[in-house]
Amino acid sequence: MATAVVTAERENYLNKEYGVRSWLLTVDHKRIALLYLVSVTFFFLIGGLFALLIRLELLTPAGDLVQADTYNKLFTMHGMVMVFFFLIPVVPAVLGNFLVPLMIGAKDLAFPRINLLSWYLYIIAGVLMLHCMLTGGVDTGWTFYTPFSTAFSNTKVVEAGIAVFINGFSSIFTGLNFIVTIHRMRAPGMTWSRLPLFIWAQYATSVIMILGTPVVAVTIVLVAVERLFHLGIFDPKLGGDPLLFQHLFWFYSHPAVYIMILPSMGVISELITCFSRKRIFGYSFVALSSIGIAVLGFLVWAHHMFVAGISLYAALIFSALSYLVGVPSAIKVFNWTATLYRGSITYSTPMLYAFGFLGLFTIGGLTGLFLACLGVDVHVTDTYFVVAHFHYVMVGGVLMGYLGGIHFWWPKITGRMYPEFWGRLSALIVFVGFNLTFFPQFILGYLGMPRRYYQYVPEYQVLNVLSTAGATVLGVGYLMPMVYLLWSMRYGKPASDNPWNAAGLEWMTSSPPPTFNFDETPVVDFEAYDYEHIPEKHEEEVAVG
Amino acid sequence: MDSHAAVEHGPELLHHFSDAEQQRNAASLGMWLFLVTEIMFFGGMFCAYLVYRYWYFGDFGAASQTLDIRLGAFNTAVLIGSSLTVAMSIWAAQTGRRKVLVGLLLATILLGLVFLGVKAVEYHDKFEHHHVPGASFHFEGEVPGHPGLPVNPYHAQMFFSLYFAMTGLHALHMIIGIGLFSYLTYKAWTGYYTPKYYTPIENAGLYWHFVDIVWIYLFPLLYLIDRHR
Amino acid sequence: MSDTSEHISSPKLYVAIWLLLMVCTALTVGAAFIDLGPLNTIVALGIATLKAVVVVLYFMHVKYTHERMTKAVVVSGFFFLLLLLALSMMDYTTRGLG
Repeated sequence: MATAVVTAERENYLNKEYGVRSWLLTVDHKRIALLYLVSVTFFFLIGGLFALLIRLELLTPAGDLVQADTYNKLFTMHGMVMVFFFLIPVVPAVLGNFLVPLMIGAKDLAFPRINLLSWYLYIIAGVLMLHCMLTGGVDTGWTFYTPFSTAFSNTKVVEAGIAVFINGFSSIFTGLNFIVTIHRMRAPGMTWSRLPLFIWAQYATSVIMILGTPVVAVTIVLVAVERLFHLGIFDPKLGGDPLLFQHLFWFYSHPAVYIMILPSMGVISELITCFSRKRIFGYSFVALSSIGIAVLGFLVWAHHMFVAGISLYAALIFSALSYLVGVPSAIKVFNWTATLYRGSITYSTPMLYAFGFLGLFTIGGLTGLFLACLGVDVHVTDTYFVVAHFHYVMVGGVLMGYLGGIHFWWPKITGRMYPEFWGRLSALIVFVGFNLTFFPQFILGYLGMPRRYYQYVPEYQVLNVLSTAGATVLGVGYLMPMVYLLWSMRYGKPASDNPWNAAGLEWMTSSPPPTFNFDETPVVDFEAYDYEHIPEKHEEEVAVG
Repeated sequence: MDSHAAVEHGPELLHHFSDAEQQRNAASLGMWLFLVTEIMFFGGMFCAYLVYRYWYFGDFGAASQTLDIRLGAFNTAVLIGSSLTVAMSIWAAQTGRRKVLVGLLLATILLGLVFLGVKAVEYHDKFEHHHVPGASFHFEGEVPGHPGLPVNPYHAQMFFSLYFAMTGLHALHMIIGIGLFSYLTYKAWTGYYTPKYYTPIENAGLYWHFVDIVWIYLFPLLYLIDRHR
Repeated sequence: MSDTSEHISSPKLYVAIWLLLMVCTALTVGAAFIDLGPLNTIVALGIATLKAVVVVLYFMHVKYTHERMTKAVVVSGFFFLLLLLALSMMDYTTRGLG
């Protein structure tokens, strides 16, 4: 269907208008996606800088690089920036924004202006966060735990809280927009059972955004009010319960992990089918497991509080429920693996990232089961075991999916191919660097090294040096795509409409797409991932690698 | 670019929708989803309320009984009345009665203002009695049904913290609602809404009813604890 | 357009619903002054829920909507609120036991 070369002059969403104004006031979901791409990358660099400083401090057992207070601020702001300003928006706001309308055959999201508002809220929150960091920062940990945050910390808790609050509404509006769009804007013939699994994943994510985010928003309001007026809502001296804060906080913040990982899982479904040229194994299981994760994710939050003083009976039930989340996650991994079986696999960059995802997510997920187990959790709570576990899921999982997706859809987004050699190299470096950084932390945690301290006993040094070395490799791996993707925007080989010969509506329009996505609203008369009926590519087109 | 230029529709149809029905359904679903976020937003506070009411039931009862039940009940009636005028305004819009529509919207705003006025009187009263949480908070009394058992002032303060947080958040929603309805009244007066297009009134109405429902729960939870003792 | 237009409720129905809500309000105030033991809270919340359901069904037109989605959204909203309350209280009500 696609001819190999696209004439450069065809009008598309990038060259339709020029100038700052045409970007800052755009209501085109694709342009907003690019606005997000630039801004989340900026915050990723900030968060990465904090990570670098943390790892440098931990290179030696003594607290010699920064003061204890500074260290507290470093890990707090690393967490806040990475969680709220990078991981939560990254896949939905960049890839989701770009792809949701394209994949379902719509001209735009249902509420384009609210979509732009989401971005502005994100920017306002981000600027506030930056201001907060530049004028002293916060030291409560990204979790804002009370009563430290309300009664003792003398840093800018309220300002950071307001930033998180505003950012929450950005997230809520994005989720709302996606749900309405997926329900109401599908092209004729695009039934629920024909939806790409990326859309199912975005849908499940949006459900969590809508149900969870308001709770953390109101909780942050209560923290701010408590801090300003000392009403006692979370203060045990005045009859309050600090654990209530944790309940309300984790009601959102545990499902928030699924806000991060689900969209990446959606990306992986797209990549694995395309590069093994097979229909996904067990479509409906993969689709519904996304919804399953979203719902079950709300039933497990108190496993973050096992040693905090909740009742033993509640802890037992939350422990048992936590295991349940493993079921839909395992369904996904098994189905992806079954899809690979006897597929004709191409080891392109996106696929390498997808393999990386499978490996890292599986390790992260399985160690999650250790932590769900009440008895083991008591042993490793607040150690580096936990740190390693959630980095495997939230960084290993999410970023592998995101980078895989960015490479996969880069030709669609920019109309240019990225350099395949450098892509594969970066995927490899990221995978090696990631494991070198975080696998030693599992061992450190198991040996008992607590998190959030700037000093440690000398016995832990070897593993910490390994971890810091890994972080350096990982940093190089993350910087490489930024360089060569930027390079490719100008010098990359022009991409055809469907360079991967992939299934899906987004590949049936030009690269880059026109402003309203399709010249004519497509009519869908084929199933998702219908690779049996898509002919193999010509040799010359495969030759990108 | 617009491939459906031939289709007859009003100026309110945005380019990316294929027809007015799709646009309306999208707006309606969006509003309902927004209300779900509102449920969860208030939900955090209801959770805090539930926990402390469970812990400090007696103290909550004593504190609750200092609230004026007549004003609370009056305000409940006022809000329910405003929900009626909102519902009727949908009918007026559906049947194209412009003047009736404007009148009903004005009545809604008026009832909303009455509610806020009464709330202000109640807040002022709390202020006079040092029942506002903070440094000057003062509360003495006995736990209802337990003569001689004094109320723990911290626990009473917790009640009033939650009282002000919940009613304050509710009042904020009322103020936003009144703002919305003022805009709608102006647009309705210019004849912008027709029996074919009245989605904004419908959606603002949903919002108003939601705020009413929140109060329907707040009234018994805050005013009616242990009143029989 | 006529086939897709919304149901138009009559003003009479709205007034009847309003009357019902006012009666419920009076009932709930009255019930608060009668000693029903632990039932007091249940009655108060029961009446409040009845009122809320009536408002949702008739004033917010959920009874007449063709969209199952609207109903699903309303139900799931309350369901997840209950989940938050129930699972939190699961901790608070059992703390003294262990």
